[in-house]
Amino acid sequence: MATLEIHDLHVSVEAENGAREILKGVDLTVKAGETHAIMGPNGSGKSTLAYSLAGHPKYTITGGTVTLDGEDVLEMSVDERARAGVFLAMQYPVEVPGVSVSNFLRTSATAIRGEAPKLRTWVKEVKSAMEQLQMDPAFAERNVNEGFSGGEKKRHEILQLELLKPKIAILDETDSGLDVDALRIVSEGVNRVRESGEVGTLLITHYTRILRYIKPDFVHVFANGRIAESGGAELADQLEAEGYDKYVKGGATA
Amino acid sequence: MAEAQNIPAGSTTAGAIAVAAESTVATRMSAPPSFDVADFPVPHGREEEWRFTPLARLRGLHDGTAVADGTMKAQIDAPEGVTVESVERGDARIGKAGTPVDRIAAQAFSSFAKATVVTVPKEAVLTEPVRVSLHGEGGTTFGHTVFDVQAFAEAVIVIDHTGDGVRAANVDFLVGDGAKLTVVSVQDWDDTAVHCSQHNALIGRDATFKSIVVTFGGDLVRLHPRVSYAGPGGEAELLGLYFTDADQHQEHRLLVTHDAPHCKSHVVYKGALQGEGAHAVWIGDVLIEKSAEGTDTYEMNRNLVLTDGARVDSVPNLEIETGEIVGAGHASATGRFDDEQLFYLQARGIPADEARRLVVRGFFAELVQQIGVDDIEERLLAKIETELEASV
Repeated sequence: MATLEIHDLHVSVEAENGAREILKGVDLTVKAGETHAIMGPNGSGKSTLAYSLAGHPKYTITGGTVTLDGEDVLEMSVDERARAGVFLAMQYPVEVPGVSVSNFLRTSATAIRGEAPKLRTWVKEVKSAMEQLQMDPAFAERNVNEGFSGGEKKRHEILQLELLKPKIAILDETDSGLDVDALRIVSEGVNRVRESGEVGTLLITHYTRILRYIKPDFVHVFANGRIAESGGAELADQLEAEGYDKYVKGGATA
Repeated sequence: MAEAQNIPAGSTTAGAIAVAAESTVATRMSAPPSFDVADFPVPHGREEEWRFTPLARLRGLHDGTAVADGTMKAQIDAPEGVTVESVERGDARIGKAGTPVDRIAAQAFSSFAKATVVTVPKEAVLTEPVRVSLHGEGGTTFGHTVFDVQAFAEAVIVIDHTGDGVRAANVDFLVGDGAKLTVVSVQDWDDTAVHCSQHNALIGRDATFKSIVVTFGGDLVRLHPRVSYAGPGGEAELLGLYFTDADQHQEHRLLVTHDAPHCKSHVVYKGALQGEGAHAVWIGDVLIEKSAEGTDTYEMNRNLVLTDGARVDSVPNLEIETGEIVGAGHASATGRFDDEQLFYLQARGIPADEARRLVVRGFFAELVQQIGVDDIEERLLAKIETELEASV
């Protein structure tokens, strides 16, 4: 069973006036079958954590370790991390003109699985996954994310999650910008993947709304670049009632 | 209309649409078209038609110092029924499709020894392409070729440029009434070659002309694909594909003159660039004259910049002297294959070199599929792969 261990992770970005530290010592362990919600106010570093784990070049790791089943993730290139089983569903997926969704999905699945999926079963697999996400089949012939609506982009991210079956799924604000119907469809997709029991999920969100559809085992409050408080699902209810005020103020005076 | 996104440093994309204004296409040129090189001043580099071209790398083609001292091995494989002649410069077919528009084209006209005329006779429908292979063996050569595709004939012509040398030429395409001509011109020169050529197509009544210009090689390549119409109902499709590497200059300067009613033109040029000093220039001029009612025209240029240090100048221009047209438009865009796209593809397990290949293949695929000459399509795709391997 897969385990992602983050220990004392420090991350900074280059800003106008030199490097700025965003993550200030994050400790977190995510095991297969578990769902961790990471909640926090804007600017607390949630997305930085997501992109640092995926290996975005903008972020510099200045301290700490990240391992997946004991393997050093930080030593791996972006594509090596993906092939090792780390998946990041992005908040703002990028347009890739000239590359069709079907070509992209097949190239990606070939890279992740280590061999080209058999054409016949692959076509069926993609078709049924798209149907479940209520995506028009014509979608497959469009260019990756080009002209997609916000909801289409998120469905496309979850489609990839379902097809690529990672060990660790990091969902970065997948709920943002979705109406209730789209949120339900996307959440059902995530739940199908979770039901396998073989994926550890890191659900990054600003709002508690998505947690009505995707029940977390653990909730962590992120503030000022680290986890300020951890608890069970009841912590989300508390946040819903009280907001992030006490963490923001605590961060400001610390 | 002109659009721009994510433009790499140093690149420009500027377009203009002028309606019933004084023709900038004509006034921009420093001299009117002429067959005589003496009618053109030696360019100094600041003229509109020369401002993007590195004159120092023209090996004297522009200033009269280049002399015909080279060898160009020419081979023409023509299917049965097609005639190939070597003719003197007085032949009436020479220069009929168009007049040189810059000093180098005029120099080529003033300097060629004998012209080659390839004739596809009236109503002949060729099942095999006419293949012209020009292999440079060093030194400077001047040439003039006329392809006379007569009424209702159908032909595919492939002109292949390889090897090394300095080449200036004019190529005329006479497309007879109701004829269908597809021309593929491949510039697959060694990286030391210099090639300046003017392609003139004169499209007959209800005739169809399809030109595919493919430029990979050369130190400097500067081409003028030009189209005008001899009667109503003509259609021109001009497709272009270039892959500009470090220190290469590849320039395509197109002009479509709509001078007859109810004609169509459709232009799509796409280029990829990589490496320090790679420079691509695309000028797309369309002129709709007062007489050209019912014109339908569109032109597009897309550039994909794969690395830092490459530069694109893309200038579409449209001049309209009549409002009685079906449609007229243009678009130009130059974008980078950027770090965010690379990150996205890599985050799905695709290695960096494969990601780049995926994007470039996708960028060109649609254009390559429109060529319709199988062995050329395959060769292009293979060539694109080779170019990409060199980059990673």
